[in-house]
Amino acid sequence: MKFTLSWLKDHLDTTATLDEILYALTDLGLEVEGVEDRGARLRDFAIGYVKSAEKHPDADRLRVCQVETDEGVKQIICGAPNAREGITVVVAKPGVYVPGIDTTIGVGTIRGIESFGMMASEREMELSDEHDGIIELDTGEVGQSFVDWLAENDPAKVDPVIEIAITPNRPDALGVRGIARDLAARGLGKLKKRDVDAVEGTFDCPVSVTIDGDTLEQCPVFYGRVIRGVKNGPSPKWLQDHLRAIGLRPISFLVDVTNFFTYDRNRPLHVFDADKIAGNALRVHRAKGGETLVGLDEKEYTFEEGMTLISDADGVESIGGVMGGMASGCTEETTNVFLEAAYFDPVRTAYTGRALKINSDARYRFERGIDPAWTPYGIEHATRMILDHAGGEASEVIVAGKIPNTDRAYKLDAARVRSLVGMDIPESEQRQTLTSLGFILEGNMAHVPSWRPDVQGEADLVEEVARIASLTKLRGTPLPRLAAGVPKPVLSPAQRREAIGRRTCAALGYNECVSYTFIDQASAALFGGGEDTTQLENPISSDMSHMRPALLPGLLQAASRNQARGFADLALFEVGPAFHGGEPGEQHTLITGLLVGRTGPKDVQGASRPVDVFDVKADAEAVLAAMGAPARVQILRGAREWWHPGRHGMICLGPKKVLGVFGEVHPRVLDAMDVKGPAMAFTLWPEEIPMPRKAGATRPALDISDLQAVERDFAFVVDAEVEALTLVNAAMGADKALIEDVRIFDEFIGGSLGEGKKSLALTVRLQPVSQTLKDADIEAVSAKVVDKVTKATGGVLRG
Amino acid sequence: MDDLKQKYLGQIAEAGDESALESIRLAAVGKKGEVALKMRELGKMTPEERQTAGPALNALKDEINSALAAKKAALADAALDARLREEWLDVTLPARGTRQGTIHPISQVTEEVTAIFAEMGFSVAEGPRIDTDWYNFDALNIPGHHPARAEMDTFYMHRAEGDNRPPHVLRTHTSPVQIRSMEKMGAPLRIICPGGVYRADYDQTHTPMFHQVEGLAIDKDISMAHLKWVLEEFVKAYFEVEGVDLRFRASHFPFTEPSAEVDIRCSWEGGTLKIGEGDDWLEILGSGMVHPKVLAAGGIDPDAWQGFAFGMGIDRIAMLKYGVPDLRAFFDSDLRWLRHYGFASLDQPNLHGGLSR
Repeated sequence: MKFTLSWLKDHLDTTATLDEILYALTDLGLEVEGVEDRGARLRDFAIGYVKSAEKHPDADRLRVCQVETDEGVKQIICGAPNAREGITVVVAKPGVYVPGIDTTIGVGTIRGIESFGMMASEREMELSDEHDGIIELDTGEVGQSFVDWLAENDPAKVDPVIEIAITPNRPDALGVRGIARDLAARGLGKLKKRDVDAVEGTFDCPVSVTIDGDTLEQCPVFYGRVIRGVKNGPSPKWLQDHLRAIGLRPISFLVDVTNFFTYDRNRPLHVFDADKIAGNALRVHRAKGGETLVGLDEKEYTFEEGMTLISDADGVESIGGVMGGMASGCTEETTNVFLEAAYFDPVRTAYTGRALKINSDARYRFERGIDPAWTPYGIEHATRMILDHAGGEASEVIVAGKIPNTDRAYKLDAARVRSLVGMDIPESEQRQTLTSLGFILEGNMAHVPSWRPDVQGEADLVEEVARIASLTKLRGTPLPRLAAGVPKPVLSPAQRREAIGRRTCAALGYNECVSYTFIDQASAALFGGGEDTTQLENPISSDMSHMRPALLPGLLQAASRNQARGFADLALFEVGPAFHGGEPGEQHTLITGLLVGRTGPKDVQGASRPVDVFDVKADAEAVLAAMGAPARVQILRGAREWWHPGRHGMICLGPKKVLGVFGEVHPRVLDAMDVKGPAMAFTLWPEEIPMPRKAGATRPALDISDLQAVERDFAFVVDAEVEALTLVNAAMGADKALIEDVRIFDEFIGGSLGEGKKSLALTVRLQPVSQTLKDADIEAVSAKVVDKVTKATGGVLRG
Repeated sequence: MDDLKQKYLGQIAEAGDESALESIRLAAVGKKGEVALKMRELGKMTPEERQTAGPALNALKDEINSALAAKKAALADAALDARLREEWLDVTLPARGTRQGTIHPISQVTEEVTAIFAEMGFSVAEGPRIDTDWYNFDALNIPGHHPARAEMDTFYMHRAEGDNRPPHVLRTHTSPVQIRSMEKMGAPLRIICPGGVYRADYDQTHTPMFHQVEGLAIDKDISMAHLKWVLEEFVKAYFEVEGVDLRFRASHFPFTEPSAEVDIRCSWEGGTLKIGEGDDWLEILGSGMVHPKVLAAGGIDPDAWQGFAFGMGIDRIAMLKYGVPDLRAFFDSDLRWLRHYGFASLDQPNLHGGLSR
């Protein structure tokens, strides 16, 4: 919402400075978004008087002027046709910046004669497009600031333009008068009376208006009258100045009048050319659906059932509360005008405007709610203005429907301000505030003014009182603790687990990413997503059309971008939601890590090597362990299709309880996502990790043996597909009491073993508990290990 | 005997290596060495002569042996020194690399915020990113026609043909978690709800996904003055400054009443933001007293309970505190950015050690 300072002062009698007004506006909740103080940049221009003007000896069009200024007589060369002796002019002395030509004036020599400044045109000062000659003033003292002269003689030219943000609850502040009312309530002046006397109609209104019975809810009341014999044309200067200053283009007087009241009083009006209303009758009705109209913006609209339309005998002429029609609009030739002031329902107007995608000033106001009670006054104000400037004769006012009743009252509980806001404001001041905002107090019941549709309860009264008093004055009061003493931890076990998982990943050298949770359909489809259920109806681009089914696609896209920037070795991870459906709650938390390229840059120690599956296996196990996952897990195969079929493992507690997957990303996926491999990844499901059944912080007693442990090594030749974990589990089962640990320490494939065979070497650690092991004991356990392993794998002990 | 002593001690002193030393040992105190031969001669002596010659020979043998041992140790030392002189390394060569992981600023700041509010008794609530329009709008006093719905640039989820429910939305704010928490936990209540939210907007200061933290406190007698204190304490703790001026400006949100936007005093000198000093004001959050209709929507009796709520941008306060210029970069995963603005894994924010270093 834009307005000028002088427009505000049309309604507000105030001595407050611009800065005081700006501060108060923001503090009142009418946040100032910008101020254009057009006078500020013309501050250095001063008035001068041309004492003499001689033709330049070497140029026919130039004149050498002697100009009286506050610093004595200066010689200025001027090319303007009107530069002559005896005129009062505006002078820019050397050093002054001239906005219209984007130049700072210096001392110059023009065809051999020195010039000490310039005399300015309106365009050079960006006051108008006028550039036929330099400004000639009728009045003005030599040396007087030109800005001061403008403020006195042509204030619109230097009128500061204020733009404020209006929150949806304050339609009343969409009119300058509403803004003035708030400032007056704050104590920044008095609201001026701006009433006009009603215009007596001298003939019956030749146009009739009816509202269909089923349409009274969306258009409860419609006022109208014809003014005949008007002379349309350009608006008077003051009106053009008002509109231009706030960025509106003057169109013609009749249209400008409607725009003026839209901004002055938040009272949108419409003018029809009365001679174009077929059948001299307007009917307000609900659209059947399918009707069309070319609007004032020259676009054709097709209506849906239920929209509010205004039609004549020929069809639709206007969209109620949103936009008038092209055909019945006023033009320069209009002599008989039908003036409409109606009230359209906010909800219906909002839906209609949204469906038709029309953003008009009328829609903006009606959908927030104009003052229905001011409808009859609005038509009188507009009539008076039209008669005053365009002449003509007004008919009687016709009325269809009746003004909706907005009367309601809420109890003013003076103590409520204390309890809800925490400010002490005397009851008398509270009542005064509400009265100055237009509330009518009957005892402690406050009747809400018709222009404040937002006030719907007692809490709103508190809000008004606090707002006018200024929330800036509010002093903080300590919020007592819920319980005295040391605060208890607040995170849930799952929240702690997620935080630990995240920090473990970072500790393992991964960089955390936060990616958009929506990705393109093709990438989503590669990871089992991309269905319609997870599709956005209105994505901002096709790259962000589907909720991600996994974190890996986002990380791979990040890897691809980083590779394009010349970073080949990457360790990225993300913790966040993935989506398995489009319903609330169809999301699950994942932790995904991605390694691409080498373990590090090439180095003198030769430590750098391509990343492999066992890197991500180690990291996945470390993160799971940090989050409290059990140490004994199964490693199964058969994960989803974006993993390398032979190089991945699912970390499971049983076949259906998958805690995580690690492995090499499928080369086809890498290719599709434009990532140069190798790429290894892990994905963990932290919510799947069982919560420990822990009762307290106490650990079990440490049970260690003083007896020396013994290690024995074995090597078995097995088929190549036999998995190491099978050997380990078999060996562990040989003597559960004695065998503490089994570790694989070597794998050898091929060579003398022949095709399809491999040798796996393992160390078995025996920890006696009651007595030192004798050779015979060790032999016995060893035999059992060999027996178990060969039975489980079909392998043989390597000789 | 003195001759023998002189001779061997002299040879030992001059011996150049261990083998030379061994030859001397054999010649001197070996089984057939000169000292041994002299020992054998003891038997031919008179008891008187033996009385003096015996101990003298033993002393000579001891002396030679200890000279041999000392020389051997000296030679070993010299040999080690010589070897170490050979074992020179260019220690300016780089060490074996270790990857340095980082925590994203959004995670870090979320933990900072959590640490501060936990101290004031707020726990952490969470909710779904895809939510119904009831939780995201209606329950928060934003009915279907409300202009705020259009202004929020909402993302809607696809609806299958024949499914006539209103489309679900990507939550436009973390406020739906207020309603879900009220339903689940009732009053009194103190929670914060951090998390990702969505609006269809994209430029230097807007991304279609960003992060908010919502705060909600409900009790019998909580007022806006408590809200102001909580926010003052928060801002001081978060920005790690001694004092800060907060300005409450009247505003409007459908879900609070009265509503206030909150500015903090700051200065921008040479493009650097300083919180708590200067003459500028920086808007950091929206807040207010929970609207009675919102309490009712959450199943809490608005006649018995009241409270405050606030919401602010996590990404935004991260940008302000750590001087991050462009919001879009938060979600771009540029390795250089992650390393520069990221945090070490062990820098877990807490109040006793300080939030940042």
